Amino acid sequence: MPDQQSDKTPFGAQEVAAAKGLTAGTATAPETTAARSLWTDAWHDLRRNPVFIVSALLILFLVVISLWPGLIASRDPQRCQLGRSLEGPSAGHWFGFDTQGCDVYTRTVYGARASITVGLCATLGVAVLGAVVGGLAGFIGGFWDTLLSRLTDVFFGIPLVLGAIVFLSMITLTGIWPVVLVIAALSWPQIARISRGSVITAKQNDYVQAARALGASNSRMLLRHILPNAVAPVIVMATIMLGTFIALEATLSYLGVGLRPPTVSWGVDISAASDGMQFRNAPHILLYPAAALSLTVLAFIMLGDAVRDALDPKLR
Amino acid sequence: MGRYVIRRLLQMIPVFIGATFLIFVMVYALGDPVSALFGDRGPDPATAKALREEFNLDHPLWQQYLLYMGKIFSGDFGTAFNGQPVTELMERAFPISFRLALVALTFEIVLGIVLGVVTGLRRGRSLDTTVLILTLVVIAVPTFVLGTTGQFFLGVEAGWIDPAVSPDARLDELIVPGLILALVSLAYVTRLTRTSVAENTRADYIRTAIAKGLPRRRVTVRHLLRNSLIPVVTYLGADIGTLMAGAIVTERIFNIQGVGYQLYQGILRQNSPTVVGFVVVLVLIFLLANLLVDLLYAVLDPRIRYA
Repeated sequence: MPDQQSDKTPFGAQEVAAAKGLTAGTATAPETTAARSLWTDAWHDLRRNPVFIVSALLILFLVVISLWPGLIASRDPQRCQLGRSLEGPSAGHWFGFDTQGCDVYTRTVYGARASITVGLCATLGVAVLGAVVGGLAGFIGGFWDTLLSRLTDVFFGIPLVLGAIVFLSMITLTGIWPVVLVIAALSWPQIARISRGSVITAKQNDYVQAARALGASNSRMLLRHILPNAVAPVIVMATIMLGTFIALEATLSYLGVGLRPPTVSWGVDISAASDGMQFRNAPHILLYPAAALSLTVLAFIMLGDAVRDALDPKLR
Repeated sequence: MGRYVIRRLLQMIPVFIGATFLIFVMVYALGDPVSALFGDRGPDPATAKALREEFNLDHPLWQQYLLYMGKIFSGDFGTAFNGQPVTELMERAFPISFRLALVALTFEIVLGIVLGVVTGLRRGRSLDTTVLILTLVVIAVPTFVLGTTGQFFLGVEAGWIDPAVSPDARLDELIVPGLILALVSLAYVTRLTRTSVAENTRADYIRTAIAKGLPRRRVTVRHLLRNSLIPVVTYLGADIGTLMAGAIVTERIFNIQGVGYQLYQGILRQNSPTVVGFVVVLVLIFLLANLLVDLLYAVLDPRIRYA
C-alpha cells in the first residue's frame, strides 16, 4: 500500500548519488545484453504464427468492409423486392434472397458493421473500465481495494446474458449503443479481477520500489512502471472476450432485445431466418449470415489464442 | 473449514444485496410496471394509483426494495401476468431447468473431461487436432444456430426426437436440448482440461509416480487428473450461472417451460414480479455455486486448507 509520505521522504545526498549510479548502470546494460522486451518477443513470435496471420488478415478484411461495405457490395441492403422472396442463389445474386426479398449477399456484407462495432466498442469499454477499477484497487489498496473489490463482486454476481436481457428489455432506446453499454457494464468485473491481480504483482517488483525511492509520483509509477508490466493479461483477456461479445450481440438480437430491424445485422438476419423454421425451404437465408458470424467469432478467438501464447511467459 | 464457510456466507450478503438491488433498479426504475400491466391501452388513472399503492410504487426506490425483499423472505414473490403466484411458476419451472442443467453438466463433466484427458495425453496427434478444431467450431457457431438446425435435422427431418419438449419435460426428452445447452461449455472444458493435463504430464510428481512403477491408469487418475481438475472446477462453478441464463435460448428453441422460458415470458410481458423474483433466486444459486467450488478446491488440492 503506497502512502503519500514515502514519496516526500527527504533523501540523503549519499543515497541520491547511489541511485544515480544505479540508473547509470542500468542505462548501459542493454548495449551489452541486448535483451528484448516482452512486446518485441511477442511480436517476434506472432509474425511467425500462421494462426495469427490468417486471423489478423481476416479481421483486417472485416474491419475494412465494415467501414466501407460499398467496396464489395454495390446494392442497397434496405432495397428489397418482395416478389423475389426466398429465391435461391443465382448469377448476380450469389447468396439468393431472404423472406423480404432482400439480397442476402448485400445484407451479409453490411451486417459486418454492427457486429464489429459492438465487439470493438464493448471490448474497449470493458478493458478501460475493468483496468481502471481493478488497477486502482490493486494500486491504492486498503479501504478502496475492499470497496472496489466488493463492487466488482456485485457486478460479477449478475449472469451476463440474464442481466443484458433484463436491461435491454426495460429501456426504450434501440440501436447499437445500448447493447454496447450493457455488455460493457456487465462484463468489466473479469478484467478488473485480472488487472487487480497483475497490478499487485507488478507493484511489489524491485523497479517499482526503486522508482518510489527516487521520489516518483504515484501517477508516474502507475503509468510508467506498473501499467506497461501489468497490461499483458488484460490485453489477452480482452481479445478473447471480443469474439464472445460479437456472439452475444447476435444472441441478444436473436432473442429480440438486441439490435432490431431496420438495423442490418447478422443476428437480426439469423433470427428472421430461424423464426418459424423459414430456412426449411431456403437454407441459404440462414447459412450465409450464420457462416459470416461464425467466421468472425472464430477469427477473434484464434487471434486471442495466438496473442495469449505469445504473451504468456509460462508457455515459453 | 466451518469458520471459513461462515465467513464466506457473510461476505455473500452484501454481494447478494448489491446484485439484486441492481436488477431491481433496472426493472422498477427503467420500466413502468403498472402501465405494462395494461399493454397498449393507457390505464385508468384511479386504478393506476391504486395499483401503485398496492405494489408500494409510491415510495422512494430504496424503500420499495426493502419492502420487496421483506416480502420475498416471507415467501411472497407477487403475482405473474396471468394472476398465478410467482412461487407457483417457480415450483414448476425450477425442477425442469434443474433437470436440463443436470443433463448439460453431465455432458460437460463426462464428455469434456474424457476428451480433454485423451487429447492432452496425445498432443499433436490427429485425434487431438480433430477435437481441437471441433471445439473451435462449436465455440464459434452461436448456440441458437446449432439449436435451431439441430432441432430441424434431428426433430423434423430425421424424426429421432420431438421438436418440442412436452410440458412435463421428461429426462429422455431433455438429452438433445441438454447437449445443445452444454456444447459451448463442453468445448471450453475440453480445452481447459487438455491444457492443464498437458502442463501437468511434465510435472515432477508424475515422473516420480511412473518411476515408482505405478500402473498407468493409477498415475493418470490419481495423480494427473486430480491436479489437472482444479482450473476445470473453477470454470464449471462459474458456468452454472451461464447454464441457467443460457437456458433462455435453449428453452426457447425447444419450448421447454423452465426458468428461462418463464423469465423470457415475464420480460416480454414486462411483468416485474416474475423477472425480479426469478433473477433473485438465480443470483443466489450462482453465488452458492461459487462457494461450493471454493470448498471443492480443498478436496482436490490437499495443499489448500481453509482455516
